[in-house]
Amino acid sequence: MSANIVYAILVTSLATFLSRFLGALTSEGIRETSKLFKWFNCLAYATLAALIARTIIFPAGVLVDASYSSRFIVVLLSLVIFFISKKNFVYPTIFSAICMAIINNYI
Amino acid sequence: MINKNFFFKGYRSIFTHDSPAIALTCCFIAIGALFKNLGFNIQESIFSTVLTYALPGSLVMAESMLIGASLLNIFLAVWIVNARLYPMAVSLFPLMMHKSQPKWKYYFSCHFIAISAWLIMKSNYKKIPKKLRIDYWIGIGSATVSVSVIGTFIGFSFSEYLNKDMMLGLAILNPVYFLCMMIGASKTIPVTLSVLFGTILGPIIYLLSPEWSILLAGVIGGTIAYLAGEHSVS
Repeated sequence: MSANIVYAILVTSLATFLSRFLGALTSEGIRETSKLFKWFNCLAYATLAALIARTIIFPAGVLVDASYSSRFIVVLLSLVIFFISKKNFVYPTIFSAICMAIINNYI
Repeated sequence: MINKNFFFKGYRSIFTHDSPAIALTCCFIAIGALFKNLGFNIQESIFSTVLTYALPGSLVMAESMLIGASLLNIFLAVWIVNARLYPMAVSLFPLMMHKSQPKWKYYFSCHFIAISAWLIMKSNYKKIPKKLRIDYWIGIGSATVSVSVIGTFIGFSFSEYLNKDMMLGLAILNPVYFLCMMIGASKTIPVTLSVLFGTILGPIIYLLSPEWSILLAGVIGGTIAYLAGEHSVS
């Protein structure tokens, strides 16, 4: 293995584990009925929603190559499928991949 | 040590009809292909997936390596992107804490905190006795990491067959899946408002501060949602 790549992986995993470990450590004194727990629950959901919205609107990686409109159409149609299929997670997910490939290729 | 029944019950949770296995595999197929393009070998790619096990962090590492960033820069960039794991841990571990369980289980299994495993645990924890939730959680985490490793292996091995359209399809799959999961989890006023405010504030704050947008949107949106929830209760 190349030393640079291994160091980069180790540094990345350390930076990631730090937040997880500190979270586990500080959870010890928090009761699940406390206000602090409820607040952190809201923070977690809002943070995840922000991450997902950012990934769709300001993506990194290959998604940059897809236009705003194609991403918007795919997400919108996938949500329609999600509600039509009575909140099934798999149908809209598979649909989104196929739809994105088609839109990007033909439209 | 670990209760096998609840460990395998957690492990099997990823094979249900609406499990994140497909989305997770597809995302890590894309990551595996990306690692190969970056010059990683198969051992390094799998090593990275197992040790990091966080998609945004892996993407940041890959982008940082492309521009030749220093190890300190990689550490800071990944730490900021993955700081969201802290509130996720604090909002999950109190549900699993039990004095009869050894501490090492919690410290070890915090590595499994990621959106998919977190959402599965959040929707199923009430069905599991509190004492055994940690074993169930370790099962979920082991399953999601296994699926991620398989995805990385497939992506690395078949990267030359993945054209741009296929990579785009794989890349959109993950946010769509998690968006649906978040909407599905929005069953109470505070959670619904948290998801709504996070979705609106994330991209807006990104325009002002790309690095801190996720954290700031989480703190501001989550706090407003919490206060609104408390107000509606009172």
